[in-house]
Amino acid sequence: MKPSRVPFITLILVLVFFYLPICFLVLNSFNDSRYASKWNGFTTRWYERLFERTDILAALGNSVKVATAASLTSMVLGTAAAFALQRYKSHLQDAHKLLVAVPLVLPDILMGMSLLLLFISFGMKLSLLTISIAHITFCLSYVALVVQARLQDFDFNVVEAARDLGASKVQAFMKVTLPLLAPGILAGGLLAFTLSIDDYVITYFVKGPGSDTLPTLVYSMIKKSKDLPVINALSSLMLIVTFAVVAISQRLTRPAVAESK
Amino acid sequence: MKLDRKPELLSTAPSFLWLVMFVLVPVAIIFAIAFRPALPAGGIGEGWSLDAIRALADPSYPALFARTIFTAAMTTFLCIAASLPVAYAMARLTPAWRSRVLLLVIVPFWTNFVIRVFAWQQILHAQGFVAEALRSIGLLGDNDRLLGNLTAVIIVSVYTYLPFAILPLFAAAEKFDFGLLDAARDLGAKPLRAFFSVFIPGIRQGVITAFLVVFIPMLGSYVVPDMVGGTGTQMIGNKIAQRNFTDRNLPQAAALSGALALLVLAPMFLRRKEKTA
Repeated sequence: MKPSRVPFITLILVLVFFYLPICFLVLNSFNDSRYASKWNGFTTRWYERLFERTDILAALGNSVKVATAASLTSMVLGTAAAFALQRYKSHLQDAHKLLVAVPLVLPDILMGMSLLLLFISFGMKLSLLTISIAHITFCLSYVALVVQARLQDFDFNVVEAARDLGASKVQAFMKVTLPLLAPGILAGGLLAFTLSIDDYVITYFVKGPGSDTLPTLVYSMIKKSKDLPVINALSSLMLIVTFAVVAISQRLTRPAVAESK
Repeated sequence: MKLDRKPELLSTAPSFLWLVMFVLVPVAIIFAIAFRPALPAGGIGEGWSLDAIRALADPSYPALFARTIFTAAMTTFLCIAASLPVAYAMARLTPAWRSRVLLLVIVPFWTNFVIRVFAWQQILHAQGFVAEALRSIGLLGDNDRLLGNLTAVIIVSVYTYLPFAILPLFAAAEKFDFGLLDAARDLGAKPLRAFFSVFIPGIRQGVITAFLVVFIPMLGSYVVPDMVGGTGTQMIGNKIAQRNFTDRNLPQAAALSGALALLVLAPMFLRRKEKTA
């Protein structure tokens, strides 16, 4: 019997559904009209205006600072977590596993709200630091998840062999374990970086006055309906960066797939 | 050999302590602050009070919770309904095409969430081309709007959560033995019957995961109803933000958050049962 075409048609429709809004955004960023209703001719003036906006550049700077701090810290914490979870089987690890899973399932709004109340209770001033702490917290779990997936095919005998051949514990870790895990850790770090750059809800709760990141600034611009075409231009540039990051992370994770086959 | 626990403790401590400090303690604080009095100036008062808990009896809240659950359930249903044929189609592709299509599905999930919702806000805008087109063929009245209603919230929610539903369903479909479908057909089942009675039960675990990864975050949805919805589509998340940032009543925001946390826990017990069964 001939297989049904319905699933394939649905797949194509879903892909169109995914990309239509994105294409619309990019197209509109070149539209010489204040409103997205009709095409008024090609322009690059929204891009020119974008680079004149110092507040956008400052927010971008904040976003990059936070994402760098969050991805680097969560790479260390997440890798240690993945290592412990994979290597040891104990009640402590059962509890550890549960703890690592909580940020993955906790809705953003609860995470933001709970951290805000924590910072207020401890009298911490809301700033880029509180945003970074919040981002490290959810990035940690994602890094642990990605690194643990890599560790699943990791042969701990290789480390034992290095030790038998006279390597110290530190040498074995630095020269054998770390290089083998590097692609996984980097992929986790990249995921952490994009999650941090992308986050709006949690940041909105734990940011102080004047510590806007790109998403929170864009959001308030949208709410005030201010300079919407500039947001289109900004979005298009961010899409390009995202596609570049996806391409890089594909490169990083591909060897892992090839090895397991 | 002596069992040395030092390496285990050393590698566990950093993430363990971090998560206790910044996840467990904060969630406990939510429940504690729900029992604190609110200060008129917007702070948290001394002593204990049941005011915030009593405020949960507000007659508008049952409707708010019902609307939140309905919006989340409807979005989850539509996501899974669309993802089932997609996962089926993807699993039947050649491996090379499979990874290409998988990448196409994942990429939108990597793009900025606020921007994706903003794109929809423009598409559904009252002066946008979709609204104009619908008006010109008489499907939309002059004063009708595409934004600000439940349909808009659900469409955009489905858009943002669809990749989350496709991924676990595809992972399950990839492991599914498609020979079973041929067998079902040989035994006389129509394609649709085979799809519902053989394929869907076969990828049951994927369906459960898809349900959880869409339904749970949807219960805490805030951005989508805020940006494309209206006053009639408010969800619990919007109310929490309003109590927090507009009314500056932290204990009430905490009480609502605590209620939402309990609501979120319910489907997780479902999963626990599933695992032990």
